[in-house]
Amino acid sequence: MAEANYPEDLLYHAEHDWARIDAGDPSLATLGITWYAQDSLGEVVFFDLPDVGASVSKDASYAEVESVKAVSDVIAPLSGEIVEVNQALSDDPQKINEDPYGEGWLVKLRLADPAEREQLMDAQAYAATLGG
Amino acid sequence: MLAAIGVSSVQELFDRQIPAGVRLGRELDLPQGMSEQEVFAHLSELAARNVSAEDELSFQGAGMYDHYVPAIVDMLMERSEFLTPYTPYQPEISQGGLQVMFEYQTAICELTGLPVSNASTYEGPSAVAAAAYLAKLHNSKRKLVASAGLHPHTLQTLRTLAHGYGMEVVEVPLATASHGDGAGGGVTDADAWACAIDADTSAAIFAQPNFYGAVEDAAALSEAAKGAGEPLGDASPVVICQTDPIALGVLAPPGDCGVDVCVGEGQPLGNRLDFGGPSFGFFAAREEYLRRMPGRIAGETVDVDGRRGFVLTLQTREQHIRREKATSNICTAQALNALAGVVYLTWLGRRGIVELGELLLARTHYARETLGGLPGVEKLHEQPVVREFALRLTSADGGGALDVAGVRRRCLARGVNPGVDVHALTAREQDRGVLLVAITEKRSRADIDRLAQALGAAVAAERGGAVAAAEPVGERAGVA
Repeated sequence: MAEANYPEDLLYHAEHDWARIDAGDPSLATLGITWYAQDSLGEVVFFDLPDVGASVSKDASYAEVESVKAVSDVIAPLSGEIVEVNQALSDDPQKINEDPYGEGWLVKLRLADPAEREQLMDAQAYAATLGG
Repeated sequence: MLAAIGVSSVQELFDRQIPAGVRLGRELDLPQGMSEQEVFAHLSELAARNVSAEDELSFQGAGMYDHYVPAIVDMLMERSEFLTPYTPYQPEISQGGLQVMFEYQTAICELTGLPVSNASTYEGPSAVAAAAYLAKLHNSKRKLVASAGLHPHTLQTLRTLAHGYGMEVVEVPLATASHGDGAGGGVTDADAWACAIDADTSAAIFAQPNFYGAVEDAAALSEAAKGAGEPLGDASPVVICQTDPIALGVLAPPGDCGVDVCVGEGQPLGNRLDFGGPSFGFFAAREEYLRRMPGRIAGETVDVDGRRGFVLTLQTREQHIRREKATSNICTAQALNALAGVVYLTWLGRRGIVELGELLLARTHYARETLGGLPGVEKLHEQPVVREFALRLTSADGGGALDVAGVRRRCLARGVNPGVDVHALTAREQDRGVLLVAITEKRSRADIDRLAQALGAAVAAERGGAVAAAEPVGERAGVA
């Protein structure tokens, strides 16, 4: 994705991760990394899929994204249990660069405490933290 | 510069900057300096106190072997382009160096039958420990099952590093001859191996051939580790094999025997003994373990103009990127020794390494049969061997263990180094009286006959010595 872009319908974490709360089920969320994160990393070459069933804590690392030049921890914006991982990323990790909010989603979470969403930022607030 | 900082001399600089309380106040207590000629004479005198494989007829092995190193190895190693650089920090500038690594990796893959290799490690034992760490990264389990057939230095290294990894080493003994059908001694005890490996086992490790020279059934050990009876699936342990690269000329490649990671000591390939080093270790594995492998990996690619070129690839495993989460703490390189290795393998070629292996098989068989026939000398086990075998030296009365150190001293006095005192290395009770004999292509049939003579005489003397001590002093005076 060539242009910086931060969809309005997502919630954002300062460590450049987003969460999409499921429209039909507020205890289910999809997680990923933002445009800024994938742009900083460069071409993503590997994403080590975490285990389904693993539990995840807000603000802690739950996975790693590997690019040609760096390895970066992926920080969980919310706590919960992983119920699904994006298998397509095994063969095509570049989806994280090409479509970070769509086909580049990382995991789906059954939220432990949906109220944690109050601590996240909206698109404008997040974009403001990026400065420039 | 002194003027620029307002100091009149270097001495004044020191006087003003270094507190009097920490000053030595006298000349350093060093001997007088020597001229170059005196230094040369002094070092020569020191060096003459050592005995090298050039000074004696050596059958000493146990992990490092006196193979012939062809002149082409030295000629290429001494090229300043290879000899002088340290690890290149802008590696792509050194295309020649990267190409050597790539060729080396290719050779190791062909030899071991595994698809990926790194650009070498420090040496054999730490490569085994690194493989154990790979297993931990892969399956997060705690237990390492290790055959007693591994080299004692490997077991020690493994235990030292496992402690740091938070892993536990469980040693599986070798079968004794009285076990099972009586002919099974000398290799890893199959039942104990299978019993030791459980759901908490991260890796199962064995040597091929093992420390006592015996050829293990690598396929059976691998299969047992993978839990053929109760498939553990994804959770099955990583099978690690430490192997002698020279023996791979005649043994099935570990990759074809179910081995996941094959490592070993590279010294026999183009590196001299050099009193124990430096050398290099090799490390090859299945593709699924690629991201957990330690060390550098050279990769082949094309540049913007489509020309073939080489890079250091998968650097995201390494410390400068991953820091404490890196796949190893390797911080220097044995690239020059690995260069010697790949030059040697290229010189030998595919046919040459097989011919060498067959030569070693024949000579080792001859040596083993000849020595095993001497009074007081018996084979430790009946397993097939490739280039090294163990003998038990027994005393005349009741067949107890003979003093191997005494036997060795007698042989050394005749200019023959008969091999390694195994008990001195392993400290295992059952290894008392055991001598490990190694054969290389530099040991001819005539050399082996000379060993037989020396060993025969030494064993007889050592056995006779015990008997003589029991004779009355008066009678001994009459012996010619």
